[in-house]
Amino acid sequence: MFKTFAKAFQSLSVALLMGLPLAASAQQMSEDASIVVEKPWARASLGTSRPGGAYLTVRNEGSESISLIGLRTDISGMASIHETSTNSDGVSSMAPADDIMIPAGGMIALEPGGYHAMLMQLQSALVEGETFPLTLLFSDGTELEITVPILGIGARGPEG
Amino acid sequence: MKKVRIALWSAVVVAAAVSATLWMTGRDPGPVAARVDPAAESFAADFELTDHNGMVQSDEDFRGRWMLVFFGFTNCPDVCPMGLSTIAQVMDELGTQGSAVQPLFITVDPERDTPSALANYVPQFGPGILGLSGPPDQIERTAETFKIYYQKIEEASSPDGYTMGHTSSFLLFDPEGEFVRIYEYDQAPAVIVSDLRERIGT
Repeated sequence: MFKTFAKAFQSLSVALLMGLPLAASAQQMSEDASIVVEKPWARASLGTSRPGGAYLTVRNEGSESISLIGLRTDISGMASIHETSTNSDGVSSMAPADDIMIPAGGMIALEPGGYHAMLMQLQSALVEGETFPLTLLFSDGTELEITVPILGIGARGPEG
Repeated sequence: MKKVRIALWSAVVVAAAVSATLWMTGRDPGPVAARVDPAAESFAADFELTDHNGMVQSDEDFRGRWMLVFFGFTNCPDVCPMGLSTIAQVMDELGTQGSAVQPLFITVDPERDTPSALANYVPQFGPGILGLSGPPDQIERTAETFKIYYQKIEEASSPDGYTMGHTSSFLLFDPEGEFVRIYEYDQAPAVIVSDLRERIGT
């Protein structure tokens, strides 16, 4: 009973928070507020011939671990999570990532030099100042659509 | 992560074995150079390539200036734009001292990165960065003299079915063309700027 109340209160707080005139970088979360996405951003592309990259962080506020298993967005004909790794000789390479597990209360970051959303077959250019919807797919069936702001081609993080 | 490392190191081992075999049999190693030099001290700049304006450039054309060299490819969605933006920010912060530094972006993917493809890409990050390309054999020779590593990796989920593994560190050469040091591509630009300022002097 208390739990239900707490949850309802949490949702209410969330609703209130969402109602505040926050910038586009504000949190975006699943309906039950168990998955919270922050700091999404993508780098502007030059046309559509090269793959685009997008980044974000995901917090698991739920009581069970959950995995980020994929992505979907109309702006890309082929969107997936890739991982960059750099060895001790300074050699970098990139490969598709496996499912990324987020423990309860934990967080994962898609950020330059690590995981990134690789947006291939761009259907339209990623234009600085615009946004696009991106759906994150989770192991429990949750599909969370977020809005990703597009920053400049030289952006290094969510602040530009 | 571990998987990638293992895959990469397996690739390195295979590449080393192939290179050794080819060396012993005296055959050309083919269009893709794959080498690792653990003695990073031996980086050397010796190249003749075509810049993104269509001009032939050799290392000697940059004598008198510091060369900041970054190898990459334009179909790279993560490391390369990050590295180029680091360099662009460094140049920005150097201000007038930037005229003593020539940043070079040398492609390891000459099949796709022709000089005109670089012309459409590299200057977007900063006007001072010069993109360099050339026929695959020239890129291969360049990588050999610089002693950097690059390799084409078949990867179904990448554009055209392949991606490139490559040395992502920046290599700094002094005005005489001698190797000085490396910086990591994701280092804070301010750290590189203060190091460069000290070296350039006034």
